[in-house]
Amino acid sequence: MHGRTIPWRVETRTKASTAFAMIAALIVVAGIIAPIYLQRSTLQDLFFILTMLVLAQSWNLLAGYAGLVSVGQQAFVGLGAYAMFAGVVLLKLDPMVSILLGGVAAAALAIPAGFFAFRLQGAYFAIGTWVVAEIVRLVVAQWKTLGGGTGTSLPGAATRAMFGTDIVQRLLGIRPAQAVDVICYWLALLLAVATIFTVYRLLRSRHGLALASVRDNQEAARAIGVDARRLKAMVYLTSAFLTGLVGALIYVQKARISPDAAFSVIDWTAYVIFIVVIGGIGTIEGPIVGVLIFFALQKLLADFGSLYLLALGLIGIVIMLFAPQGLWGLFASRTGIQLLPVRRLLRGGPLDN
Amino acid sequence: MSWADTILQGVLLGGLYALFAAGLSLVFGIMRLVNLAHGDLIVLAAYLILVLVSGLGLHPFLAVLIAMPLMFGVGWLLQSYVLNRTLGPDILPPLLVTFGLSVVLQNGLLQAYSADSRRIPAGSLETASVAIGPFNVGVMPMLTFASAVAVILILNRVLYGTELGRAFRATSDDATTAGLMGIRPNRTFAVATGIAMAIVAIAAVFLGTRANFDPTIGPARLIYAFEAVIMGGLGSLWGTLAGGVVLGVAQTVGGAINPEWQILAGHIAFVLVLLARPRGFFPRAVD
Repeated sequence: MHGRTIPWRVETRTKASTAFAMIAALIVVAGIIAPIYLQRSTLQDLFFILTMLVLAQSWNLLAGYAGLVSVGQQAFVGLGAYAMFAGVVLLKLDPMVSILLGGVAAAALAIPAGFFAFRLQGAYFAIGTWVVAEIVRLVVAQWKTLGGGTGTSLPGAATRAMFGTDIVQRLLGIRPAQAVDVICYWLALLLAVATIFTVYRLLRSRHGLALASVRDNQEAARAIGVDARRLKAMVYLTSAFLTGLVGALIYVQKARISPDAAFSVIDWTAYVIFIVVIGGIGTIEGPIVGVLIFFALQKLLADFGSLYLLALGLIGIVIMLFAPQGLWGLFASRTGIQLLPVRRLLRGGPLDN
Repeated sequence: MSWADTILQGVLLGGLYALFAAGLSLVFGIMRLVNLAHGDLIVLAAYLILVLVSGLGLHPFLAVLIAMPLMFGVGWLLQSYVLNRTLGPDILPPLLVTFGLSVVLQNGLLQAYSADSRRIPAGSLETASVAIGPFNVGVMPMLTFASAVAVILILNRVLYGTELGRAFRATSDDATTAGLMGIRPNRTFAVATGIAMAIVAIAAVFLGTRANFDPTIGPARLIYAFEAVIMGGLGSLWGTLAGGVVLGVAQTVGGAINPEWQILAGHIAFVLVLLARPRGFFPRAVD
């Protein structure tokens, strides 16, 4: 007996993802109005979580989807932050415009850096990116007008005059410094949502399909006309731009910069790698889970200083050895639930009822 | 200080970088594994030697003879129980596990020995120098360079003249076929990493007697080692020495012009070499 035949179609949506999309929309709305009902310290925690999430998503895009393991993300965080400082201090631009400048500067760095690092294969690419970060750090430390090796501070008047602070001040009835925190938080939320959306869209596009094919079999992908090098360069550039933007944003809020802090491999790459590895590399949900666990661990163990990092390193090693797909990967493979699915499913036809 | 003298100091410094790099080069050559904790393992060995020197009152060169088998054991265990599990077509697991190990080692050492900088005392050897022609050359830098040459001579002899070396090369070419011929790849890998760590102990004694060290300097040593390997060309140990010399000379010349440019000059030399000769001076390996 032949039933009604539904035409074949390729889909990525699942029931869980449709439900999640609605919950996610509610979470975002709750996030937007959070400054009304949350304290300043909680907002600062959320700012930290959101900015780390953006860093984790961009590193995951590189390592988890394009196979480009970068240990030099601090180059883009640091350069983005320094470009923002240059915009505010030297060019007298609005901090918000300067954040964009930070993203553009990081993307501009990615062109020569990529040209250089892409000459190194696989594992050597990792150390190559690290060398790039060291070079940028050493060069920036020579920039005397921005404090050289000891660093400098952002003039308080400039951040308090940032676009939107007076409106937020009047709207929420708060002091200027608090208004700056609220705006930074909103920008972090916007950037986190935009990053997840960008990564999701990219992976569902034909470029994402091409990326997956390169990851699974580079020769076969090339044989059907996928230009792996161009794809990887595009991913590298996107990741650099996002990382530069968030680096600049982090330093608007910190308001104090030095080369050693802005180009710290621990803060901007090691933490990020652990977040992605613990949460689940190669998934969009993984970094979200990872950043929440990372934040909880930090709240619990941060007083222990180097022991905390030691524990984090051990957890990362154990997960990589025994559950390389991370906590989210374990959960997804047991339950089959995917909240942000990018895998294409063939639906319809005579088999589908 | 004349330019010729500066360059000579740079050449001798290159010996130290070649010692940093020889173990990295060996391990990569045999199992295509890049150990991101290599620099931190050098620092670990330096602390081990420091403990032997200050605890037992041994001379550093005697202490290194004890440290070498101990570090061989560390490498053997590390490879057998951790790194062998990560080997495969995917490059992510070894990179991320060794990166985690780097963070663990740094913070373990910080916890045990604090962030204070230390130095391995070497008595009168520290300042001893001999006059060679118009130059005054330090005894320690000369010993460093001579050790690097000796290590490379012995390694090449082992690789191309012994049964162990044949097993190394066979496993490197095709681990599965080597396995069919009665070689156990995992055990071969463990021995290779053990040897690399014994070389790391030699590098550590010269690192620790030459200058101050603290638990956080490992990553920079990894980068120098890596630059020497890449500039020299993958698979060539003499190339690694040449790469180390180029790096050392670039650093001392840069430092002579402006002390702040010392490290930067080394990195820039590396980038220039890589742009001009993407596969290094003496490339041998195909990948």
